[in-house]
Amino acid sequence: MSKVSKSADEIVYGLKREYLEKISAEGNRIDGRKLDETRKAIVNTNFVPRAEGSAEVRLGDTRVLVGIKIEQGEPFPDTPNSGILTTNAELLPMASPTFESGPPSEDAIELARVVDRGIRESKMIDLDKLVIKEGEKVWVVFIDMHILDYDGNLIDACSLGAVAALLEAKVPASKIGGEDFPLPINHVPVTVTFAKIGSVMVADPNLDEEEVASARLSVATNEEGAVVAMQKGLGGSITQEELFAAVDTSIRVGKDIRKRVLGR
Amino acid sequence: MQSEIKLINEEGLRIDGRKYNELRPIKIEVGVLNRADGSAYIEWGGNKVLVAVYGPREAFPKHTQNPSRAIINARYNMAAFSVDERKRPGPDRRAVEISKVIGEALECAVFTEQFPRTSIDVYIEVLQADAGTRIAGLTAASVALVDAGIPMKDMVVGCAAGKIDGKVVLDLNKEEDNFGQADMPMAIIPRTQEIVLLQMDGNMTRDELAEAVELSKKASMYISALQKEALLAKYKVQESEKEGEQGE
Repeated sequence: MSKVSKSADEIVYGLKREYLEKISAEGNRIDGRKLDETRKAIVNTNFVPRAEGSAEVRLGDTRVLVGIKIEQGEPFPDTPNSGILTTNAELLPMASPTFESGPPSEDAIELARVVDRGIRESKMIDLDKLVIKEGEKVWVVFIDMHILDYDGNLIDACSLGAVAALLEAKVPASKIGGEDFPLPINHVPVTVTFAKIGSVMVADPNLDEEEVASARLSVATNEEGAVVAMQKGLGGSITQEELFAAVDTSIRVGKDIRKRVLGR
Repeated sequence: MQSEIKLINEEGLRIDGRKYNELRPIKIEVGVLNRADGSAYIEWGGNKVLVAVYGPREAFPKHTQNPSRAIINARYNMAAFSVDERKRPGPDRRAVEISKVIGEALECAVFTEQFPRTSIDVYIEVLQADAGTRIAGLTAASVALVDAGIPMKDMVVGCAAGKIDGKVVLDLNKEEDNFGQADMPMAIIPRTQEIVLLQMDGNMTRDELAEAVELSKKASMYISALQKEALLAKYKVQESEKEGEQGE
């Protein structure tokens, strides 16, 4: 091995990693939570009344704002009798010194797609009921997620915000001479994300934990306890046992969040 | 939305005649490109995917360099003509995500710490798509990495499992992916059985998920043998050529 001098950042990172791996192996976390305990989630809906639906979410010190706009548009040629759902995430430079302005990063794209998958695959919104004129005009639901303050686990904060905002969103049918109506909702998905630190999985990682994690796993479940979407991330692996422990926790935590936070 | 198309018939066979746990035919070739440091070609059902590996070479732009290890730069790209309706060339959001998860999966296996400040570039070109392209690409990419002489724990390999007509099945084809109820691409490191790529969309109970994971793992072990055979085949050819030269 050649001698490579380490920067202060690398040394701090190494120490942090060592410390977090040690305490999580003992079943502890840096902020005193249990391994499968999520941070307190506060959802503040109708934060932006001009939007068709909105929700501000605080998950610990992570803060995101999700806005829903619903506009008329043309259906996709392969789904002429279906409304359209589109999801976008912006990692605003205000939220972290590591976020830069410019076109969406890989991380922002993955975030938006994982949130989208949970909502789409759970069939939360009945898109078939969003047709104005078959094959010509449908309602397009835009989910835009702004990251305001980044303290880890954007996937869960954004998923929760998107679901909460969709639950209260109104389709502005009065603009075309109808009557506004709530989005047709079939299911309520909840996503729970885990980070692997050393050989331990922790639920709802904060920024410190996320920075030293080797792998990440997100599991979205519906109110029936079925799994509707999953995503493994980062350059490390997980075992089959860890996967199913995470699925079980996600089902349990999902129920709790649906009831306590979303009132469903 | 209920699927109108029946995907499994009375005899329990799927539309292409396969059983629930049957793979589509897979063919892997090694060293198919001249300039690349390593390459592989895979045919998996109707999928045709070509992979080239370059590196380890100096990472560029410089700020992407990691002083303690190599970065893996995977680029999954679909040819415009690879699908029914022409796909606009260039990376879309789906391709960016797939490139990311493939790179992360390979990172689990490659000894990246041996090559600080370099990048290992993995170019995956989907020439024809028939569901399961990311796993086909990843499986071929592992072989191409070996062909490039890059040290790894083991070759990453995978297979999707999913649910059609309420039944858990292996290796979904295009119709099954479009009209089925769930799809779960998964990849492992065979030697340790670690899961290195996992995505899922649709609807599966915990038990169905367990069944899908088992099916996928079993198939992965079989495909792992195909990867090794493909590599052996390349070196056997070279050896017999050499012998032929000596004989003259």
